[in-house]
This record gives sequence, structure tokens and C-alpha cells, in this order.
Amino acid sequence: MSFLTTRGLTAHYGDFQALFGVDIMLNEGETIAIIGANGAGKTTLMRSLSGVLRNSPEMITLDGRKIGAMSADEIVPLGLAMVPEGRRLFPSLSVEENLLIGAYGRKIEGYWNLEKIYRLFPILAERRSSPGTALSGGQQQMVAIGRALMSNPRVLLCDEISLGLAPVVIRDIYAAVPRIQESGASLIVVEQDIGQAMKVADRVYCMMEGRVTLEGTPQSLSRDDIHAAYFGVGA
Amino acid sequence: MIWVDTIVQGVLLGGLYALFAAGLSLVFGIMRLVNLAHGDFIVMAAYLILLLVTLLGLSPFVAAALAAPIMYLTGWLLQKHLLNRTLGTDILPPLLVTFGLSIALQNALLEGFSADSQRLPTGAISTASLDLGVINVGVLPLMTFGSAIVVIVGLNQLFYRTELGRAFRATSDDPTTASLMGIRPGDIFAKATAIAMLVVTLAALYLGMRSNFDPSIGPARLIYAFQAVIIGGLGSLWGTLAGGVIIGLAQTIGAAINPEWQILAGHVAFLVVLLVRPRGLFPRAVD
Amino acid sequence: MAGMTRSSPYEVTTRTRASRITAVAAVALLALLVVLPLFAGRGLIQDMFFILTMLVLAQFWNLLAGYGGLVSIGQQAFVGMGAYAMFGGVILAGMDPIPAILLGGIAALIVAIPTAFFAFRLQGPYFAIGTWVIAEVMRLVMAQAKALGGGTGTSLPRTATREMWATEWIAGALDVRNSAARDILTYWLALALAAATIAAIYALLRSKRGLALSAVRDNPEAAKSVGVDAGRMKWFVFLTSAFGTGLAGALIYVQKARISPDAAFSVTDWTAYVLFIVIIGGIGTIEGPIIGVIVFFLLQSLLADYGSWYLFTLGIIGIVVMLVAPRGIWGLITERTGIQLFPVRRRLSGGSLKED
Repeated sequence: MSFLTTRGLTAHYGDFQALFGVDIMLNEGETIAIIGANGAGKTTLMRSLSGVLRNSPEMITLDGRKIGAMSADEIVPLGLAMVPEGRRLFPSLSVEENLLIGAYGRKIEGYWNLEKIYRLFPILAERRSSPGTALSGGQQQMVAIGRALMSNPRVLLCDEISLGLAPVVIRDIYAAVPRIQESGASLIVVEQDIGQAMKVADRVYCMMEGRVTLEGTPQSLSRDDIHAAYFGVGA
Repeated sequence: MIWVDTIVQGVLLGGLYALFAAGLSLVFGIMRLVNLAHGDFIVMAAYLILLLVTLLGLSPFVAAALAAPIMYLTGWLLQKHLLNRTLGTDILPPLLVTFGLSIALQNALLEGFSADSQRLPTGAISTASLDLGVINVGVLPLMTFGSAIVVIVGLNQLFYRTELGRAFRATSDDPTTASLMGIRPGDIFAKATAIAMLVVTLAALYLGMRSNFDPSIGPARLIYAFQAVIIGGLGSLWGTLAGGVIIGLAQTIGAAINPEWQILAGHVAFLVVLLVRPRGLFPRAVD
Repeated sequence: MAGMTRSSPYEVTTRTRASRITAVAAVALLALLVVLPLFAGRGLIQDMFFILTMLVLAQFWNLLAGYGGLVSIGQQAFVGMGAYAMFGGVILAGMDPIPAILLGGIAALIVAIPTAFFAFRLQGPYFAIGTWVIAEVMRLVMAQAKALGGGTGTSLPRTATREMWATEWIAGALDVRNSAARDILTYWLALALAAATIAAIYALLRSKRGLALSAVRDNPEAAKSVGVDAGRMKWFVFLTSAFGTGLAGALIYVQKARISPDAAFSVTDWTAYVLFIVIIGGIGTIEGPIIGVIVFFLLQSLLADYGSWYLFTLGIIGIVVMLVAPRGIWGLITERTGIQLFPVRRRLSGGSLKED
């Protein structure tokens, strides 16, 4: 059963149109990956889903509810949280405060709490009193993921969580994904690192120039298919 | 001996200025907004206390306790329905709207209460003093200073020890990301201004008990508050207290030399600090 | 640059049809205003003096805040210093009031230098209050100037005003009394100052420097990257408007002939009114203050009897305009009609480019 759905999603920045009728769906407990080159519209899609960008109400539904026009602070309590691109930790808050603030919009208790986050990323427990921005890039990314999990989301949006990180660090961070999946959350992972995305995703959408150009399971898609959908050549 | 007395008076006067400034400092720290009507709200709160005192025959302290929730609500509504609409990258709208508010408020008060000077009835407390051996210290100035310290400790606790304080700091850092945490920035700003209005009420209580007030004195209170905030360094509440003390000291010392120099001496102290420490005495590390 | 433009099929223009009509109308209006004292009564001349001097103050505040992004609420500093310098020239140095007006402008310019030095250390809203504090300092200092009346103020000596340059000639030529001749003289000076102010600001905005000014206001970082020195632009705008404001202040007080620190450094009279005029008319345009000053004058004639309710209403109107139509009345007019009387935007025409 479809849980989170977009139907004919369009988005604009002033006169510039960034999305042209995007249809995606996410089933309960599923992980989907959204891949595409820079400027394909992936981040715009994430911003629309999370409510940072407002759209028409019917363009996005969560559990049958029209959320397209809601603001981010209204959407979080419905069970959707985002790890924003660039991590965006709060510099005035310590690591632990950054995690705690993630629970601000939480309405019900769930699987995740401070202790579980520290078990997921033990290094954060050691650095709990440091300012969030004093950490390394990979550790900051862990805080950003933990912060989003603290609201016990039913859907977690991860926007470019590997961006700017060393391969060994990316591996550490992706090691946490199965544990997040086990907690029952559905995931939407936006990635430029196709390999990582394919490993964790049940299904993949490929975007180009504001449109979905390819959709399928990682096993069903060939390298050439993806290459064509990604760069728009040879198709 | 007269100099010790002058200095103690100056420090205690600084407590009053820190009370004027704490609300301004709080609001600026969270939303980078300077409310040019801040001084006029202090005067308005003083009239509100006076009204409750005269109508209900209450003591000023009880009247201030009743005025506080009214001012809290005023601040909340003001921020939520007026000032939030002016926030953005352009500094003109908030400045001009609060300037218009200042003019409107002053003249509404003038219409409602006339230009006559008023004072809150204080009874014995206004003349009571403590004999500290070398000098006599007034109880009221001492209470003012004590209240300023309590307010600053309280605001610091709120800021660094509570969930609301975390939300204040997070929203101040990055309102968009804060909204991804389920925080509604507009509501956070409204709460901040509402809390600032509680401090304004306390400042008004002491202002009204210690000196005469009339509808025109708001802008000067804004200026003292502003000077205290800048001298202390933006965003530092203890710095604001230090700034208030410096202005209070300068004014008292100036007045001791020549009564006409009181206000001017405060301004000169401010300019000197601006000259040697443009970012204030206790600037925030990151800004 | 000019040579390149000529050889290219394109042409960069700032002129519009409306602007050409404006130019003709402006010349006609100016001529009419010059001869106004020949048939207008003394009351109208005094009203026009008020309107024209407020217009000058509004244009300079608009240059500062609307084009320069420097929101000052301390312009009364320059009105007051201009006025006091003029009084000083007359009372202490025995000058004629008319040349002493120039002294007012120069004095304002001189005090603007330390003012800018301090105020530029403050950003945005704090700059605004900082300028106010400095104006307060000047008010308190002038209140200590016993030779100019101290806190209670003083008047221009009767002999100085009666024998003021050109008044006798005007009195004779127009067959009016000396006091009326004085009003006519100050009116003509106000008209000249207003016309020169508008012409100078218009010329500035159309120049390369004006372009740099808009660039700094809209995006200081980007402006810097293309070689615009934002710091120098700020100084230039601040000093220019201080000089103009000082001239206007001195002129206003030649007409008033009586000064006191509280009146000459009044934040309500010289900054609040001016802000109101610019906001309601339309900030960041030359047309805005012109419309604003007319609306302001009408409101004042209508409501001035209501005292504090009048000021209350001005405050509320200012707030509502800022929220509902932040670009003022002129902004609403251009949105509807696209008319620009003083176009400063450069438009590319000619060649094969299609208009869209």
C-alpha cells in the first residue's frame, strides 16, 4: 500500500521551474533511492516533501492526508523528518542539544531516544558536550541523522548524506541505515553516489531536469539504463 | 566619601538600565530585531501599573504582577500579528514599523494620560535606606539592582537549561532548519517578545517608583537600553548588565560634576566604548 | 564606451516618453513656482516654503535610506547643526543670514565626518539608533552653548533679518512689506534648493556612481566583487545628505528666526515627518518624496488641530503602508501603469532584440 505519494508535483523558484510533474511513491517500510546529476531536482523534491517549499495540497499525500501545502513544522508531527543537505547543525547548540531539539515536534514516544542514538553512533556520546559544529564532517552527519531520528519519524528523508565525506566515513554512516530500517522507518535516500544508493534501496528513481526518467528495482536496472536516465544520452 | 557614594549610586542606577536593556537584548539575540518602540512600551507598562494602582487601590508590586500577563499577551500579539510580518533580509520594514509604533504609542499615551508627570506611590520604601557604615544605600535602588541580576540569571537559565531556550537558540541560528525540527519560528519569536515584555513590566515598576514619568520619555529609555546592549556586546546578557552599569556610572559621575552633564556623560561613555571596543566589552565568539 | 555605443546597433537609454513629458512639465512648473509670489498671498508662500524644505529633507533621507541602505533616524543632527552654524555666523561673526546658510551646510558636512566614523561601526538597526544618539549628543552640547542661548535658545537679531540680502530690493520691486519680502526670499531659496536637490540626485542616480550605489544596496558582496568600493559609497552618500540637510536646516531657521536645541534637534519634526513622507510616497524613488510631501501637507492641514491624534494617525498610516504597500503610493502607481517620471533604469533598445 502506498504510504507517501507525489502526484504531478511541480515546484518553482520565482520564474524558474524546478520540477515538472514528478510522480513517486513510497510504501510502508520501504527504502527508495533518488539519483540524478546536479540540478536534476532531487533537493527540490526533498524540500517539497518536507514542507520547506510549499506546493498545492493534493500534490503530496502522506497516509492519505494531503500535505502538499503544509509547512515543515506542521509536517514533522505527522511523522516525516529530514536530514537536510549540508547537515545544517545548529552552531549555538551542543551535540546533545542538537539531538534533543530533534524531538521538539515529537508527539508520541517511539523507538528512538537519546540512548538509542548514542548506541547507533557511539562517538556522539563521547562528544555530547562539544558544539555541534566543532565535529568532523562525518560526525556532524551522524548528529544530523540522529537529530532527525529523535522525532521518531515514519518517513526519514536523507538528502545527500555522503556529500563531501571520505569513502571510509561514508561506509560508517551507511552502516547505520539497516538499523534505521529495522526500527520500522521508511526511507527516501537522495544520492549522487549511485553505488551506495543501490545497496540500501528497494527501488530506485532516477531524475533529470526536474522529471523522473527511470524507475525500477536495483536488480532490474542495467548500467546503461541508468547512464541514459542520468545523463540523457543514448536513450 | 562623596565619591564612594556617587559610584555606588551609579552602579545601582546601572541596574535600572540593565532592566531596560534586557528585553531589547533578548529580542535582538533571537530574531535580530530592534524594537524602536521598546522605551515606549516601558512607559506604557508604567501607566498600566499606575492605572491598576489607582483603580483597584493596589500596591505597585501587586499591580505589576497583574500587569505582567497583560504585557505578556500584548508582546505575543504584537510579534505574532505585526512584527513577524516585517522580518526578512530587508532591515527597513521592522525599523520603520517599530518607529511608527513608537510615535503612535507616545501620542496615544499623551491623549489618554495627558503630558503631566506621574509617579507610582511607594510609601515608606522610597525613602528607606540601609546604613552601610561609610554610606547610606537606598532600599529601592538596591532592589532594582537585585532584580536586574535575578532577571539576567533567570534569562540565562531559560536560554541554556530549558527546551524553550534550545528552541530560541536553534531558531536564532537557522529558522528554516528549526522548522524541520517541528519548531514554528513565528511562535518562537512571539514567545520571545512576550517574555521581553515581562522584563519590560518589571523595568516599568522600578522606573515608576524611582522617578517621574510622562508619555514623552520612552525614546530616552530606548537609547539608554541600546547603549547598555552595545557596550556589553550583542547577545551577552551579563555584558548588558555591565553596559548598564557603565552608563549609570557615567551619568552619576557626570551629574556630580555638573548636573547639566548627566545625560551627556552617558552618551560620551558610550561613544568612547564604541571607539575602543566597537564590538562591545563581551562580544559573542561567533556571530 | 561612448564610441562603442555609437557603432553598435543597440542603444542604452534611460529616457522614457513619460520622462520627456516630465522634463517639459518640470520646466513649466518651475517657471510657475518662480513667479508665484507675484500673485500668491503670504500664507501660501509660507506653506510652499514648508513643503519645499520638507521635500529637500525627504529627498536626502531617501538618498541615504532608500538608495544607500543607510537607515538613519538622526537626520535632526544635521538640521540642528546647520541651523546653529547659521545662527553662529550671524550672531557671533556678524554675517548676513543668507551667506550664513552655506556655513550651515558646511558645518553639517564637518560634523558628519565624526558621526559617520562612529555610526559606521554599527550595523543595520544599530546604525539607526547610533545616529539618533549622536544627534542627542549634539543637542546636549548645543544646549551648553551659552553664546547661542543655551538650553532656552535665542532669536536672530532684528537688524540682521531686516537688512538681509535682497529683501529691500524684493520689498521695493514687489511692493510688499519687509517681513513679506523675507518670506518670498526664503521661498525662492527653498525652491532653488529643492530643484537643485532633485536635479543633483537624479543626475547622481543616472551616473556610473548611481549604478554602483544600487549595486551596493542590493548586494554588497557582489558589488565588491565587481570592484565597487562599498565603504566609499557609504561615506559619499552620508556626507552628501548631511550637507544638503544642513543647508535645508539653516534655511528653515533663517525663516523661523528663532532657535532652541529642542526644536532644532527634534526627532519628530526633522526625522519622523521625513520618514513618513518618504514611506507613504514610495521609498527608493525620486517621485515618492514629492507625492509624500503633498499627502503629508494635506493630512497636516486636515488633522493638525487634533494634536496628538494627528501624530498617532501618522504613525499608524506609516505602519499600514509599510505592511500593505511597502513601495508607497508611487509604487502602486508604477505597478498599475508602468510610468516612470525619473527613470534611472537602463534599457537596451534597437538592434534585432525582440521586446517581450
